[in-house]
Amino acid sequence: MKTNTMSYKFKQYLLFAGISTIIFACVVIIPFIYGLYLTFTSWDGVSRNKPFVGIDNYVSAFADSGYWTSLGRTFIYSAIAVILVNAVAFIIAYMVTSGIKGQNFFRAGFFVPNLIGGIVLGYVWKFVFNKALVELASTISSGHAKSLLATESGAIAALIIVSVWQYAGYMMLIYVAGFMSVSEDVIEAAKIDGCTGTQSIIHISIPLMTASFVQCLFLTITRCFMVYDVNLSLTNGDPYGSSALAAMHVYNQAFINKDYGTGQAEALILFIICAVIGGLQVYVGKKGEVQA
Amino acid sequence: MENEIAARNKKIKHAIMIIVLAILFVAFIFPFIMVIINVFKVKSDITANPLALIGRHGFTLENFPNAIKKMNFFRSFGNSLIVTIFSTIGTIILSSMTAYLIVRNNWMANKILFVTMIASMVIPFQVLMVPLVSLYGGIFGVLNHRITLIIMHIGFSLSMATFMFHGSIHTNVPISLEEAATIDGCNKWQIFSQIVFPILKPTIATVAIIDAMAFWNDYLLPSLVLGRKELYTIPIATKVFYGTYSTDTGLIMAALLLAMLPILILYLFLQRYIVEGITAGAVK
Repeated sequence: MKTNTMSYKFKQYLLFAGISTIIFACVVIIPFIYGLYLTFTSWDGVSRNKPFVGIDNYVSAFADSGYWTSLGRTFIYSAIAVILVNAVAFIIAYMVTSGIKGQNFFRAGFFVPNLIGGIVLGYVWKFVFNKALVELASTISSGHAKSLLATESGAIAALIIVSVWQYAGYMMLIYVAGFMSVSEDVIEAAKIDGCTGTQSIIHISIPLMTASFVQCLFLTITRCFMVYDVNLSLTNGDPYGSSALAAMHVYNQAFINKDYGTGQAEALILFIICAVIGGLQVYVGKKGEVQA
Repeated sequence: MENEIAARNKKIKHAIMIIVLAILFVAFIFPFIMVIINVFKVKSDITANPLALIGRHGFTLENFPNAIKKMNFFRSFGNSLIVTIFSTIGTIILSSMTAYLIVRNNWMANKILFVTMIASMVIPFQVLMVPLVSLYGGIFGVLNHRITLIIMHIGFSLSMATFMFHGSIHTNVPISLEEAATIDGCNKWQIFSQIVFPILKPTIATVAIIDAMAFWNDYLLPSLVLGRKELYTIPIATKVFYGTYSTDTGLIMAALLLAMLPILILYLFLQRYIVEGITAGAVK
């Protein structure tokens, strides 16, 4: 059988990747290109015709101060959440790989929040913040305590707490894999050379775990940056829209204000930020490989 | 002597770590404990003291049947199940086939497909949601069908899954095995389905776990696709239910617990595989 003819290749491609290509094109590629087109039209979501408006949507996106505020808020939220998630995850991962009793139980336990979807988690925490913690604080201070969700900075802090709680378990597993990939021999050799436990972590384990760090950092960055579900169920942007993050702002602009053109233009700006982060990840990942 | 001190230090260190982990663990399960102790109380007891183990009106089970009926739990559970199962199976079959084609054939079309898939992973869902609704809702009118959601789930997870299978086939499937099969008269499809696919089992498990969890818990995409009440998945049903009954805390607690229960029960049994699967997926 000839395997270099055009018709053989075509048939093979169709057999193995035909359906994938069609689905991938219909769900990702075509909507992406169509979305680019939509940013140059004004569409109300109902009518069939989409009048061409040039760069009007970009002009209104750049003029939309609410969007830029939400974007700034998202940056602050993501920066703090990413650092805390990774710090907590790394510390837990270190402890559950140090050979203590019950480490499998802890690994499994810390992962539990990841199993539950953002919507449900948000509502569970809303109850915790609004009822349980208020009650606890009132009992301790024997006065009337206010919910963390009632103030702007409090609501963002609450979002950060929930994100740390939600993602730390997942990142912990990636760091656990990292710790386990560092061979015992190297650590043993370092111990013989007089390394203390802390020194061997800082100078041996961490450099050898660069891949885990890159993976965890970018996973948390993209997840935090695009967070929507928890934002929706925990704060819904309250108080007074002061805790709405970028993804929620884009959704509201398109589907609540019915300004699809501007919403899509704002989404595209998010895409550019994501693409820069993605490019950075590839760059950092490659650089790390060379060093290792 | 020195060994004894070292051993004692190690013991102390381990004890401290267990204590720290235990405290963290309690903080981690605190929200779940709150739901569990309040789900058996009546509304007025929850308002009076959400921290009390048992309310003044005692232990009650009435929140459950009410919540089950009002959020139509079993129907949304069924919907979630159908969507998750078919999306996961579809993703695994299609992406492993695609990855096999790409790894074993150095064709231009394959390179273009693979590069496009990798590049598409940075596209946030927010960029695609308006065009998806506009195209499939406005122009083609195919929203409000489970199959549409399943195909979209597959479309969004194909790239990542293909990437993972690509790595796995590259490192774990010896080409000599396939050559032997060719000599024995196997065609490409037989080689894939009878030799390559079974070797990929660990990767299949990892992809299945990661994707099934994402599909089961997804809210935004299903909420845009499934507008009809009979098609609601658990996250959508929870959201709608909360919107309607948010003041009835007892009912809400029951609904939240019900929404969490299926996956927690599954985790109880498959815990080892899930933790191992995710850890295995991370090494790459």
